[in-house]
Amino acid sequence: MSRHILVVDDAATVRLYHRSILEAAGFAVDEAVNGIEALEKAFSTAYDLYLVDVNMPKLDGYGFLRELRRQDMPQAPALMISTEAGSHDRSAALIAGANLYFLKPTRPDELVAYCSLLLGGSA
Amino acid sequence: MAELIITAEDFNKFREYFYRKTGIQFEDSKRYFVDKRLIERISHTRSENFRSYFTLLRFQASGEELQTLTNLMTVNETYFFREEYQFKCLVESMLPEIISKKNRGQTIRIWSIPSSSGEEPYSIALYLTEYWPDIINWDVEIISSDIDTDVLKRARTGIYSARSVQFLPKELLQRYFTPVRNGEYQISADFRQSVEFTRVNLSEPADTRPYREFDVIFCRNLLIYFDDLSRHKAAEVFYDALNPGGFICLGHSESMSRITSLFRVRKFPEAMVYQKAGAR
Amino acid sequence: MAIVKRSKNDVVDTDERSGARDFPGLTADLGDENQVKRRWAARDLAIYSQAAPVLIERLFLEQDSSVREAILISLTQIGDDTAVQGFIRCLRSEDARLRNEAIDAMKNLPDAVAPIMKNLLNDVDPDVRIFSVNVLESLRHPQVENWLIRVISHDENLNVCGTATDLLCEVGTLAAVLPLEALKQRFPDEPYIAFAADLALRRIREA
Repeated sequence: MSRHILVVDDAATVRLYHRSILEAAGFAVDEAVNGIEALEKAFSTAYDLYLVDVNMPKLDGYGFLRELRRQDMPQAPALMISTEAGSHDRSAALIAGANLYFLKPTRPDELVAYCSLLLGGSA
Repeated sequence: MAELIITAEDFNKFREYFYRKTGIQFEDSKRYFVDKRLIERISHTRSENFRSYFTLLRFQASGEELQTLTNLMTVNETYFFREEYQFKCLVESMLPEIISKKNRGQTIRIWSIPSSSGEEPYSIALYLTEYWPDIINWDVEIISSDIDTDVLKRARTGIYSARSVQFLPKELLQRYFTPVRNGEYQISADFRQSVEFTRVNLSEPADTRPYREFDVIFCRNLLIYFDDLSRHKAAEVFYDALNPGGFICLGHSESMSRITSLFRVRKFPEAMVYQKAGAR
Repeated sequence: MAIVKRSKNDVVDTDERSGARDFPGLTADLGDENQVKRRWAARDLAIYSQAAPVLIERLFLEQDSSVREAILISLTQIGDDTAVQGFIRCLRSEDARLRNEAIDAMKNLPDAVAPIMKNLLNDVDPDVRIFSVNVLESLRHPQVENWLIRVISHDENLNVCGTATDLLCEVGTLAAVLPLEALKQRFPDEPYIAFAADLALRRIREA
């Protein structure tokens, strides 16, 4: 069975872009437009990995990860992507519960490599 | 007039927008269903084509067209025990948590809005009576409100079609309903008298101000038909109406994720609900 | 014990508005230690046009999300220059929540935001430019497409152009075709730009 990834981003084009890359690499993909919807989906589906944008309305990427990490349920790794290069952002992401932080725009080969790395193997 | 055509990219553009606004996602297999309704609204609004209709949809100040379209895209039917998993969640998870923080002798308060013709508040009353053993130890108030006085009248009368009661267990139907004319059923006087029906306009602060100290609010399949601002105001009304730690249940295709971050998402085995933060 | 009705004279009628409801009283309540008091103060301040500065200051300190929401709604209702300038300060904050709340609020203030949009899209900070493009999403204004076209034609930051292209996928018309083609030429080695521009072009041509 292919590994299941939740792509969390408020920009539709970014979600589509990541979906097309990840599906081509053999992953199954779901989408959420913000942190609240991502939590709702995480509660009903056991994802293997979260790909999370920082800036989103209602509940941002940090808020989502903080809330996710305090849940009493099986946890999956999270990759946070952002346009912000500051060291503050990187540490904030890791403190919130991200396993990896990297900058937009993502390149297909890098994205697939990072996901595979966090999943400890291939799709 | 040339025949209206919705192209594949129009469909994609529309479904992304609709998903962003409502949280409802259409699969490719829904294409025919969606196109048909779009074409219907394009003609009805006398829009020239999809593009001009889409502009109307996105930028209409009143948000009226989006509401009309949402209505068309969703099926809203009310019947007894609809979305029963939430009532199950009420008796198995929410109420146990609520009574763990209450003192004996305090009342548990539940608000069901919109009441519509009464199926939801009566379902709650039936469910509590039948499936919540602790009902012998606690007083529960069920208040149900609607903006429409005609449906409130129907709710108080409590007469339902066979279709409306079709998902009720047979023994409950026999025990608590009486057959009346035309194959319809009337819920027993005990239940009719146990629910308080009131008229409330959610966007009228003077109407909503007395609604306080609720432990659970059921508001299913209503907010989805509101525009952004009214939805947000309704969420504020519910926040004020709830006790700290109180719960809100929305319809299965609805989500707070498009409305507000006032509430936390809570996962229970039976359902996902929203919760106001506890007292501090 | 059972399902009961409350008797009529027992209707809940709590009033959370305990302090003085004039401007000085509400401003004092806004700093109260009780969050219910702060929330009602934030709400009731909406009718005072001079309240924007104190609300903005409180927004930077406030931790309770129910009070924050009330502050944001009141600021949106006031909606004057001071409120908008306050939101712009939020866009520059390191606090992601504050930035995103400001973007959401600004989307509801098209008339106040439109005149300064040009400046915002030329801000030195690329993140502020990205947030400004985010604000454009819900702005009902005839210039939106032109602003986006200017961004993708001149902005040197990849992510600013990427965000603008995302929005052009929804609002782009034939006027955006050549600029989108040019954008792809400007960033020939960027897969995301190619993906987003092609998507926008496909949608424009198919419409």
